Amino acid sequence: MAVQLMQEKWQGVISTVTIGATKEDGGSRSSTIKIGAEESLPCLFKEGAIPNKPRVAFEVWDVPPVDWPRELSQEFSDSLNDPFVWAGKCIKDYNAELICLRLQGAHPDYQDKSPEEEAAFIKEFIRRVNLPLIILGCGDDAKDNLLLPACSEAARGERCLIGNATQENYKAIAASAMADGHSIIAESPIDVNIAKQLNILICDTGLPLERIVIDPTIGALGYGLEYAYSIMERARLAALSGDKTLASPFICFVGQEAWRAKEAKSGEPSQGVMWEVITAASLIQAGADLLVMRHPDAAVKAGKFIDKLFYKK
Amino acid sequence: MALSGLDIYKLLPKTNCRECGLSTCLAFAMQLAKKAAGIDKCPYLSKESKAILESQSQPLIRLVTLGSGEDKLEIGNESVMFRHEEKFHHPCGIGFIIEDSLKDDEIRARIAKINALKFERVGQRLEVNLVALEQKGDAARFIESVKLVSGNTSLGLVLMGWDLLSLKAALDILKGRRVLIYPVKGEDAKALAELTKNYNTALVISAEDLDTLSALTLELNNLGVSDLIIDVKGETIPERIWGLTQIRRLALKKGNRNLGYPALTIVNESDPFEEAQEAATYIAKYSGIVLIRGFQPYEVLSLLTLRQNIYTDPQKPLQIEPKLYPVGQVNDKSPVLVTTNFSLSYFTVLGEVEASKIPSYIVSVDTEGMSVLTAWAAEKFTPRSIADSLNKFGVKEAVVHNRLIIPGYVAVMSGELEDESGFKVIVGPKEAAGIPAFLKNL
Repeated sequence: MAVQLMQEKWQGVISTVTIGATKEDGGSRSSTIKIGAEESLPCLFKEGAIPNKPRVAFEVWDVPPVDWPRELSQEFSDSLNDPFVWAGKCIKDYNAELICLRLQGAHPDYQDKSPEEEAAFIKEFIRRVNLPLIILGCGDDAKDNLLLPACSEAARGERCLIGNATQENYKAIAASAMADGHSIIAESPIDVNIAKQLNILICDTGLPLERIVIDPTIGALGYGLEYAYSIMERARLAALSGDKTLASPFICFVGQEAWRAKEAKSGEPSQGVMWEVITAASLIQAGADLLVMRHPDAAVKAGKFIDKLFYKK
Repeated sequence: MALSGLDIYKLLPKTNCRECGLSTCLAFAMQLAKKAAGIDKCPYLSKESKAILESQSQPLIRLVTLGSGEDKLEIGNESVMFRHEEKFHHPCGIGFIIEDSLKDDEIRARIAKINALKFERVGQRLEVNLVALEQKGDAARFIESVKLVSGNTSLGLVLMGWDLLSLKAALDILKGRRVLIYPVKGEDAKALAELTKNYNTALVISAEDLDTLSALTLELNNLGVSDLIIDVKGETIPERIWGLTQIRRLALKKGNRNLGYPALTIVNESDPFEEAQEAATYIAKYSGIVLIRGFQPYEVLSLLTLRQNIYTDPQKPLQIEPKLYPVGQVNDKSPVLVTTNFSLSYFTVLGEVEASKIPSYIVSVDTEGMSVLTAWAAEKFTPRSIADSLNKFGVKEAVVHNRLIIPGYVAVMSGELEDESGFKVIVGPKEAAGIPAFLKNL
């Protein structure tokens, strides 16, 4: 007796978000990156199209990080204090195709750089680095509210992904992203309902759903990974079942979380890289579309694995 | 498919005799459907009904036990496709393939390293489960290495032999250990069934497609062999994910008994990072056993941690005993930090306090395993409950000062907590990562 396979037929599709604008698109990036557009769960190619594989972004800071463990910072020891050299190394040595620029220097506890200062820095960065960009604020709500609109304007027309917008802090970011042609990251605290709510709120400002990427807030391997894993699975199942307000690609800050883990700072050089890589590999199975990573070896290894995972014969 | 309460009711005597302890047969049927009662409670079931209900009460995916004693491994009996739907029940077995072509010393050294792969995280022990011995040459060498391996580890054993004779001879040595045997190429089902039954082993089966596979499991089942494990193969990783998904779905959603067995995957990658990523994928996606070759602690710890995460009950977060924990060489002037009894909160705070190298006390308040913010929102982490814990755990007696450090996220409760507890409240950082710097500047 032949076994009848059981195929899911999904109604929904994840929206496609494009990062980067080339000359033809009115920007100056060397390429564009598309994420999302899945009609199926990860790797289940037979149940729907999966036109875009997950992508890895290399994280670069505007100022030298002070709290990175040595196992991580030593990889960029010659470049951490110069974001241009740092980004150049990611591109030249590790074939980065996407940079995630974190404007940590604007944080009141760091260097408290002004929005104008950071906007000028963004302009210079765009001039010197031509990859598609993710631009992150400093994480201080009040500051980001001033900082991100200024940087959005400075990067006008480059179709960046800008974040993070939160439930308490999305209006200014959404408005400027809309005016300047960017997409935004909507952050929710490991909560499907808030993710949905925030998408609706942002949508109400006029920014279309197709320009939102969800940051579900992840925990690293061993540090709450399973919460994010299940929240992402639930949101993705809802989206594929037809809930458009959850049908956004996911961005996961893998490097940020993995390198906070005690295990990553154990002194065993491979442990942290493995921690980051396994955090990424497992979240890919929950639907991750964008992985922001810190250690170059981890980013390269994750990228290589993605190619095997999303290889269609 | 599982029978509904009404389906079950039709099979019952419908006499409402109450001997099962419930007031009606319908009520009993509903309990049966929820698996809250057993069919043996009804003394008047017809034979036919009993047979139907018994087959219904079998798990949809068979529970298979390997190994014995403390190192016993139980896999299968899963009930859902996604962990949030209920939970994943039986953590998958992680095992290591060792080739018998290695020198004795090398085998011994590897076994010693594998035996030593024991870790502790958030209060739980993380351990590996299996050693798989792969035959590369003649029977004599295989048997020799079986002796060597079995004499040096108490982990469960998988025998990947070439021919029945080698396997038989090996199993003669391993009497009393519940071994898993890996398919012998070209042998017919009858011979395998006989071997499996004679030596009480579990059996891995594999086939090119699901049709052949179900025919094979059916045949073996009819021969009396039911502890089977399905080897899921595929040229690419997505093909294997597809196979794993289909087998689990067909077993759970269609009640396909012929596919209702745990799955096994073998990772063939020499680079530890590629191997680990592939193994991680199979751990997340329904594999009951994952066999790898790499045994470096940094790789294995990562995989065991992932398994722990994936198999944690989403409804029951890991908890620790609520009490006063001294960290380092504390004295009566050491700082006191308060957090919840959610394992992750506690161990994260613990890790940072240790990193600060400043001996401190951590008060773990009983929040029923909720994290700081969740517990605060659910009113399990309140000025009252914290003050009660301080009294109960004798914090006032342990230190001479009266300062209490609370998580930054609950700064809002400071005033009320001071009133309730009599302690002077100091608001700590929001994130545990800020603790070392915070303690140093205290």
